[in-house]
Amino acid sequence: MKVYVPRDSAAVSVGADEVAERIQASANTIGRDVEIIRTGSRGMLWLEPLVEVETPQGRIGYGPVALEQVDGLIAAGLLDGEGESLGLVEELDWMRRQQRLTFERVGVVDPRSANDYEQNGGMQGLRKALTMTPAEVVEEVTNSGLRGRGGAGFPTGIKWRTVLGADADLKFVCCNADEGDSGTFADRMLIEGDPFVLIEGMTIAAYAVGATEGYVYLRSEYPDAVEALTKAIEAARAKGWLGEDIEGSKLTFDLHVRVGAGAYICGEETSMLESLEGKRGTVRAKPPIPALEGLFGRPTVVNNVLSLASVPTILANGAAAYASYGMGRSLGTSVFQLGGNIARGGIVETAFGITLGELVNDLGGGTASGRPVRAVQVGGPLGAYLPVDQFDLPMDYEAFAAAGAMVGHGGIVVFDETVDMAGMARFAMAFCAEESCGKCTPCRVGAIRGVETIDRIRAGEDRSKNLVLLDDLCELMTDGSLCAMGGLTPMPVRSAIRHFGEDFSA
Amino acid sequence: MTTDVTNPAAVRTARVREIASDLRELRGPLIPILHAVQEDLGHVDQVDVAVIADVLNLSVAEVHGVVTFYKDFRREPGGRTTLRICQAEACQAVGAEALGDHVKRRTGLSFGKTSVDGKLTLDEVFCLGNCALGPAVQVNGKLHGKVTPARLDAILGEAR
Ligand SMILES: Cc1cc2nc3c(=O)[nH]c(=O)nc-3n(C[C@H](O)[C@H](O)[C@H](O)COP(=O)(O)O)c2cc1C
Ligand code: SF4
Ligand code: FES
Repeated sequence: MKVYVPRDSAAVSVGADEVAERIQASANTIGRDVEIIRTGSRGMLWLEPLVEVETPQGRIGYGPVALEQVDGLIAAGLLDGEGESLGLVEELDWMRRQQRLTFERVGVVDPRSANDYEQNGGMQGLRKALTMTPAEVVEEVTNSGLRGRGGAGFPTGIKWRTVLGADADLKFVCCNADEGDSGTFADRMLIEGDPFVLIEGMTIAAYAVGATEGYVYLRSEYPDAVEALTKAIEAARAKGWLGEDIEGSKLTFDLHVRVGAGAYICGEETSMLESLEGKRGTVRAKPPIPALEGLFGRPTVVNNVLSLASVPTILANGAAAYASYGMGRSLGTSVFQLGGNIARGGIVETAFGITLGELVNDLGGGTASGRPVRAVQVGGPLGAYLPVDQFDLPMDYEAFAAAGAMVGHGGIVVFDETVDMAGMARFAMAFCAEESCGKCTPCRVGAIRGVETIDRIRAGEDRSKNLVLLDDLCELMTDGSLCAMGGLTPMPVRSAIRHFGEDFSA
Repeated sequence: MTTDVTNPAAVRTARVREIASDLRELRGPLIPILHAVQEDLGHVDQVDVAVIADVLNLSVAEVHGVVTFYKDFRREPGGRTTLRICQAEACQAVGAEALGDHVKRRTGLSFGKTSVDGKLTLDEVFCLGNCALGPAVQVNGKLHGKVTPARLDAILGEAR
């Protein structure tokens, strides 16, 4: 009897380890043979710990399972898929409404098992790529329409073409797994739930551009992801999926994990490269772009986890299949993350074009508190706050930009009516002041002035004069900052004033 | 070179030199070395900085600059338990600030401080990747979700 219990750190954070142990103990007591397989999470985080039992019809789900419920559920027939359950997990409305390409295996397979990966469609993308020339692989990725999932939405194929065309003794592939944005956790869930797909994606990137070494810059706040990826890399080496002569080809590529050290700015790509080189994480001026002069001055692909993890599917099924999802110039699927004050939080992988309201209300079920939704912040701490009357906005890079907002890494944080939006605007400035790399004045000093000015506005001191001052300051930060840390902090601040101006009176 | 085992400073220096020498061949070895020193010895002391600089052939100022840039590196010993409370937006939306205030009141510590008995270090953190199950906290690296003040008291009680 196979029983699946997630080992994803979010599931474990609400008791999945204890539930797994209890199922084992309880089964032993009644003399039933169970094999407990620890998977990633399906992403229905409100149902965690979510226990699944294999039956001839498919996997039956139970959740959220509290430790005290385990014995009762087993007595009622859990091990045979009986008793009060959620039914077949794949058939749940919430799962059926998604198009899972990148997250296909997350929550399904054992993330520690290379064999499981291979038996569930893994390695097909790389094997296909190895039958093509590097230029053809780059072309395929370009044609898929894949744009960087880390925030800026730059076309991945074009970046790779630049690295392929650069002449150098050594090239690198660097995966940006810093995921410092509040409200984002898809990179973490992918690495914990299906690390081999990232390894495969990075290997395809290496083949496409001629790189021999890869680094994953993974934040220290994610110790479980570090462990999962490190174990997967070891398993991949043992399988001959990394190292020399990969899959009998001439390809040589090896991969290393580097752990960050608690600096939000190290998610910015040039700052990340500085950090990988062992320096303070200050932002480099561009040009030169990392594609030409990146890690240790060598041509370097820098991509987000989800960008790289999307590549195996694209190669395996073809660019056209991937590009058939989405809208406008936002093609394929994206992994949206629902967090904050939300009833059904988790990850939702769908084609671009789904609306913000469908995500928050239909899939997310509104707030957890049961009070009305007042604001959502999309795209992390540098993203805009949007009111409910913008819920018909489709998730699309251009549509969001036109609305003065950004999709970013796809994180959506929900707030109910108790939120103080002037407080949130102040937090955005304070966060920028705290996390600034310190290189330029508009960001380093401007953010501190921003906090002070918002404090005066909230205290009712010269309110209208200080609002004008704040707007000027935002303008200066937008225009005068070297990177998007200082350049985008005005986005949450200005959107809060624009949509929730009433909160800025004393 | 032999180390005088009765001299704790010399023992520490020898250990730091050993860690740094083991990792020196990595590409970009400094941050992995600092993590390893902190993992092994609890913090990165000012005396360690000179040793690491020597092994890597860097200036002391350069290494010092890196140690102080990153929030993870502690310059003094921490408590036996480190409690980090997420104070980022998604957790704020479900009461992270109130949870932080509760713990500060309970322990008498502010963020970044260690209790005098060396039991507890309290810290804030901005996002643990558990934003759908907030408020989130991390206790010695273990993640907890949906943490209420009562649950936090229980977690702390167990940690002592
Ligand atoms: C302040 C700041 C923080 C960022 N944080 C991240 C991050 O955590 N992860 C990420 O992939 N990209 C982050 N980015 C974007 C990267 O600079 C870069 O655009 C991205 O890694 C490129 O990969 P992609 O093309 O696959 O998106 C950040 C950018 C800025 C300005
Ligand atoms: S905008 Fe801020 S974070 Fe970016 S380079 Fe300037 S000081 Fe550094
Ligand atoms: S905001 Fe607290 S875990 Fe992400």
